[in-house]
Amino acid sequence: MTESYLEELKKLVGVAGSEAVAHYPSSEAMIHHWCDAIGDANPIYTDVGAARRFGFDGVVAPPTMLQAWTMPGLKPGEPKPGGAMVEIFEKAGFTGVVATNCEQEYPRYIGAGERISSSQSLESVSDLKTTGLGEGHFVTQVWTYRSGDEVVGTMRFRMLFFRPRASEPRAPSKARRPRPAMTRDSEFFWQGVEQGKLLIQKCADCGELRHPPGPMCPQCQSLEWDAVEAAGGGTIYSFVRHHHPHIPPFEVGHPIVLVELDEGVRIVADLIGASNNIAIGQRVQVEFTKVDDDLTLPQFRILKA
Amino acid sequence: MTTDASAIRDRAAIAGIGATEFSKDSGRSELSLAVECIASALDDCGLRPADIDGMCAYSMENNPDVSIMRSLGGRELKWFSRVHYGGGAACGVVLQACAAITAGIAEVVVVYRAMNERSFQRFGAGVQNQPRLPTTESSHFSWYAPFGLLTPASWVAMCAQRYLHEFGATTEAFGHIAVADRKHAATNPAAWFYGRPITMDDHQSSRWIVEPLRLLDCCQESDGGVALVITSTERARDLKKKPAVIRAAAQGIAPGTEMMTPYYRESITDLPEMALCARQLYATAGLGPRDLDVGIVYDHFTPFVLSQLEEFGLCKRGEAGDFVAGGNIELGGGFPINTHGGQLGEAYIHGMNGIAEGVRLIRGTSANQPARAEHVLVTAGTGVPTSALILGQP
Repeated sequence: MTESYLEELKKLVGVAGSEAVAHYPSSEAMIHHWCDAIGDANPIYTDVGAARRFGFDGVVAPPTMLQAWTMPGLKPGEPKPGGAMVEIFEKAGFTGVVATNCEQEYPRYIGAGERISSSQSLESVSDLKTTGLGEGHFVTQVWTYRSGDEVVGTMRFRMLFFRPRASEPRAPSKARRPRPAMTRDSEFFWQGVEQGKLLIQKCADCGELRHPPGPMCPQCQSLEWDAVEAAGGGTIYSFVRHHHPHIPPFEVGHPIVLVELDEGVRIVADLIGASNNIAIGQRVQVEFTKVDDDLTLPQFRILKA
Repeated sequence: MTTDASAIRDRAAIAGIGATEFSKDSGRSELSLAVECIASALDDCGLRPADIDGMCAYSMENNPDVSIMRSLGGRELKWFSRVHYGGGAACGVVLQACAAITAGIAEVVVVYRAMNERSFQRFGAGVQNQPRLPTTESSHFSWYAPFGLLTPASWVAMCAQRYLHEFGATTEAFGHIAVADRKHAATNPAAWFYGRPITMDDHQSSRWIVEPLRLLDCCQESDGGVALVITSTERARDLKKKPAVIRAAAQGIAPGTEMMTPYYRESITDLPEMALCARQLYATAGLGPRDLDVGIVYDHFTPFVLSQLEEFGLCKRGEAGDFVAGGNIELGGGFPINTHGGQLGEAYIHGMNGIAEGVRLIRGTSANQPARAEHVLVTAGTGVPTSALILGQP
């Protein structure tokens, strides 16, 4: 389906657009200013003798000045080239615009004393594209520059008009939390976390609880084990706040606790809803948080005394 | 059968020390740093690359023995090994050398650490980008990384917070160590912080890295290399410079020792692996804490310096905060430590620069030479499997 705005735009393609005539003829003075500002020391732009040695009648303008002669200047309120096109885009929500590339052609040098005019038209409008900035259309406008009736330059200027992504603040970082690496000894823990369970490894022979888990019971050397679900309550045994280096997605000052679970083993996790008053000995309770699309983690919250 | 660590007592000595400059960007390869400091250490004792027949390095070292031998012009290496656990390896490589020399397997052993740690591979940056592998070490860090406990400072801070809580100490206890280190660095021309001492106010107002650790509680990150040449004490006596005899060397892994996160044993404020080293050192050397004149106490982060002083019996448990106050650990104090400026002040070369300073103390050539340096304690990285040495006069 072709959107109506796009039909309107396509009607503008090839239609003669805005015309402009330079306020003043090209001049040695403007050329000299330009060369000073850009830092172009080529003598054919500023030295008549040098220009003549290269076969010109007098100084010539750097070709890249092409666009400068007929620029409208900074007067507010004047219609801008392509104004109708811009209006259609804006109405359709394509309020973002970026220039993407510019190609110029120079059939000959422009000398001093030439009155340059330009005419602009819309050359093409692309179909809707998806870009990193949002969905939008690439448009190419073409300017033709003349001295009298003679074409002395053309410029194709390409822009992207896009719909800025919905007003969601651009995420400061796409960084995600490090994923856990697992071995056959530890994967049960992370599987439990996905199901909202805090599992503690338990020796099947002597009943010893252990965390972090391992393949053998350090008390009785049994390789047999299962897991019990912790109630999730515990006490802050120690804690830190991480400031530097800032490691996204973690916030500066991110609080991390070493919790002694009521079952007797200790475990590290981060603290959620933390105030500035974290203290060793505070009671905490585990919660399970889906921190991003494919990672759930146990986290602790301080219980009100 | 019982072990007899005293078998190594006084059998080997550090005959030569060598180092590159310490910087934040060496501008050359890690291999270049390695061969430069090794050549310098050989030159220090008047030996040649062809004399080396043993080599021991940290497992974190990026330079393979073969590359060093090839570049240095070494001949035949009959004994080579590596010690794991980061800076915990510092004195461990010396113990390995002692063992090889005592057993008669090798005669001239080079140990070294050379790294572009600051310009290439900053340890302080965190482990968030390490590959996830189904290996024991990779999964170990998974008990911490998803929750944001990612950096060496953060791992140590967890123990430090508990230390403050258990012993009612304040972070000024950490500050005394930083001030002493930087005071000594300020008068050591080889130190990065030469001429730049700090005050307790500077320490207390420095920004948080990981609460309760501030910037000035953390060692530097450095580029550089340090090497030692170790040989039999007998041979060392005939070499160019005065050797530092290895009275005792020890390594330790104790119940509950972990790689940076020893959070699961009864106490997290002591260092049983360092206590194990202390017991072995004292037994081997026939010495006690009162015999130690100076300490090079591993200072990647200030809090574990307190625990080490306690584990070596230099003060009672929980009292290190008082021990380090009042200039006691500064030059002229009761037990000066880190006369080179430590890793906070001189450079972070994973403890190897501290062993070199221990040798200078025995020789009497430290930039901050105390009146007496009969016996020098040198320790290695803490919070990990660790090691320690007692160096003595020949």
